[in-house]
Amino acid sequence: MLLYILKRILYVLPVAIGVSIVCFLLVHITPGDPLTAVLPVDATLELQQQMRALYGFDKPLPVQYGLWIWRVVQGDLGASIATGRPVTSEVFNAVKNSLALAAAATLIGFVAGAGLGILAGYFRGGWVDRIASFVSVLGVSVPHYWLGMVLVIIFSVQLGWLPATGGGPQGSASRSWDWDYLRFLVLPAVTMSVIPMGIIARTVKALVGEILNQEFVHALAAKGLTERGVFRHVIKNAAPTAFAVMGLQLGYLLGGSILIETVFSWPGTGFLLNAAIFQRDLPLLQGSILVLALFFVFLNLTVDILQAAIDPRVQRA
Amino acid sequence: MKTMNLAGYAAALTLSLTMTGSALAQGTLRIGMTASDIPLTTGQTDNGGEGQRFLGYTAYDALVNWDMSSATKPSDLVPGLAASWAVDATDKTKWTFKLRDGVKFHDGSAFTADAVVWNLDKLLVKESPQFDPRQSAQGRSRIPAVASYKAIDPLTLEIVTKTPDATLPYQLAWIMMSSPANWEKQGKSWDAVAKAPSGTGPWKIVNFVPRERVELVPNPDYWDKPRVPKLDKMVLIPLPEANARVAALRSGQVDWIEAPAPDAVASLKQAGFSIVTNAYPHNWTWHLSRVEGSPWNDIKVRKAANLAVDREGLKELLSGMMIPAEGFFPPGHQWFGSPKFKLKHDVAEAKKLMAEAGYGPGKPLKTKILISASGSGQMQPLPMNEFVQQNLAEVGIQIDFEVVEWNTLINIWRAGAKHESSRGATGMNYTYFIQDPFTGFVRHLQCNLAPPAGTNWGSYCDPEMDKLFDQVRNTFEPKEQTAILQKIHEKYVDDALFLMVTHDVNPRAMSTKVKGFVQAQNWFQDFSPITMTK
Repeated sequence: MLLYILKRILYVLPVAIGVSIVCFLLVHITPGDPLTAVLPVDATLELQQQMRALYGFDKPLPVQYGLWIWRVVQGDLGASIATGRPVTSEVFNAVKNSLALAAAATLIGFVAGAGLGILAGYFRGGWVDRIASFVSVLGVSVPHYWLGMVLVIIFSVQLGWLPATGGGPQGSASRSWDWDYLRFLVLPAVTMSVIPMGIIARTVKALVGEILNQEFVHALAAKGLTERGVFRHVIKNAAPTAFAVMGLQLGYLLGGSILIETVFSWPGTGFLLNAAIFQRDLPLLQGSILVLALFFVFLNLTVDILQAAIDPRVQRA
Repeated sequence: MKTMNLAGYAAALTLSLTMTGSALAQGTLRIGMTASDIPLTTGQTDNGGEGQRFLGYTAYDALVNWDMSSATKPSDLVPGLAASWAVDATDKTKWTFKLRDGVKFHDGSAFTADAVVWNLDKLLVKESPQFDPRQSAQGRSRIPAVASYKAIDPLTLEIVTKTPDATLPYQLAWIMMSSPANWEKQGKSWDAVAKAPSGTGPWKIVNFVPRERVELVPNPDYWDKPRVPKLDKMVLIPLPEANARVAALRSGQVDWIEAPAPDAVASLKQAGFSIVTNAYPHNWTWHLSRVEGSPWNDIKVRKAANLAVDREGLKELLSGMMIPAEGFFPPGHQWFGSPKFKLKHDVAEAKKLMAEAGYGPGKPLKTKILISASGSGQMQPLPMNEFVQQNLAEVGIQIDFEVVEWNTLINIWRAGAKHESSRGATGMNYTYFIQDPFTGFVRHLQCNLAPPAGTNWGSYCDPEMDKLFDQVRNTFEPKEQTAILQKIHEKYVDDALFLMVTHDVNPRAMSTKVKGFVQAQNWFQDFSPITMTK
């Protein structure tokens, strides 16, 4: 097992280096001037050149990359051009908010999705299956930013039950796990949960159906195990794949929430990325993409290791 | 169903009372800005006009301020931290500013001529310990005339300009004064100052959560007593997404939003919100290339295009949220003057002019214009430009658009019509901040400001115009200066130097609880007279 973990970690290194190069290049080959955000539109050419030199954008790309990656390995992602605040603290504050949102959404999505999936798989072909499948297909198909707006119209504008926007009553600095704070989390989390809900429901449904058709299930029943006992075995066999899918979904949610976070002005990584893109804030953009990409890499690693721990067959594969 | 609704509203009411009731009772105004982050709080703000509006003129003052007290008359300069100023009778480059006595920064330290010198060094002198690249980037290009400056005594400041320049007061109206003592107190770090800033303005910045909100409270010791804010608190929230702003307003999370999308205006009005608009120095125009070979070098073609545009029709398209252009500046502006060429919709006259210019039904004029898909101040560039395109086609001007991203357009605008990045276009749809003589007139058309030296994109050059610009700089009597600025505007219009289409109306939507707001004809606004009813 230890060897397996070590091997997996070694695989991560080239991936991480590749990721850092790709995100550095992506940011630099996109059109637009990195100093647009800080300079008034009619700044003279001379001032632009001075500022470019001040931020090191006048150096060749490989040199810029070298300098950047050298600081990154020391844990310094640089400072935002637009605000001067350290990128590390900006990104980690945003990650905390996104994590809260993604965790809430995954939890809702997993509970609802697994529930629907098990129901649909167990009562395959019946009306329960049809309803559950309809809900899960809807979850995957509905554009979530649209759903977000609809939920805002219903629950914030019409009913006034929940806030439409923002990360907490006094901003995310007031994170406090009471209802005053949590009510800000409800709408974005529900909006975000529909896709993982749909995907998990469909995966679990297929898994449950497949496992139910396997011979060992019949053998268990033939041996006289109660239906509940058989059910437990089915769940146990479906769990590793379901968890793997959930892990990946959590990763997707962390990186892929630009639309939802923008619709709800939720101060997470998506909101941060959006701002960084519009302000052409290169250090911030590079830093946040890198952190998110690495997060995804490590999430995959963790899921792989966990899967191997749960199901020894994975290790041998 | 009805009982459920009632129960819902009751619950909502209880919730909103417990959530916001106490805050409203104390008079808190919450504003949703369009910026994606809190503009720079250290003094010289970023985020353009919006940054200055919310975190410049609120917490800080300039030596010369804008008068934001009237909605009906055009906004002009008034004394700010300088009580008076005068240019030397013999040496027209030497200015003396008499500073206001007894003004204190929010941290209690005194505002003096040394503080002004310190602040100018902060922007202009790289070697000074307080030099701040971010504030310098924002402020330096605003005061191109300044050559040197010194404190004569604690309340007297001398500024010397590079050449005689009567527009210096306009330039200085951009420059915000931050507290030197506070910078020392914050460990000489501008990042620390950003969290605990100190200016002389009517509002003090407290409670700053990056990217999410900033709170301002009144400065009871403000030097201009009538402008001491009446509210207890003002909260600024960045809400860059237009729909999120509308939702925040409609759900009662904010009381005021900047720039509601035009298609949301009708429903906001219906829901009982007020939409406040006014003219302000902004224009939406096609900046025409005057490079050799450009069809716009012919005044007949320029006039024909200006006569072809159906501005009233365009207004309908924008649900009335625009002011049809009658010139380069909005009608009623103090520099408007009395141009002879009227920007009416006259297709017959336009066709006649096109025929005189050598074009006709069998020989249309074909050319290319650069436009953006969206951008700051651009209003709704795609449908608006398509509308203008149709209008021009009617008189035989066939326009091809090249759509580029807004920041790319800005870079092309800096590079100039001759530059290859302009891709042979003979015009670009640009929107201008035109608040002072330089941003309003000089930068667009002065011969020596053709790129890369400046932003005379079309490389226009007319010695007569340059002479007028010189006169503006050399006329120190405000009334006479205004008369020359009017002459310039008349030449802008009579020579049809731009395709003048429209002015934005700076719309903001607010709850009826907001009372006392006067929307000045300015990019900046005064929040001091506002109160909130329960």
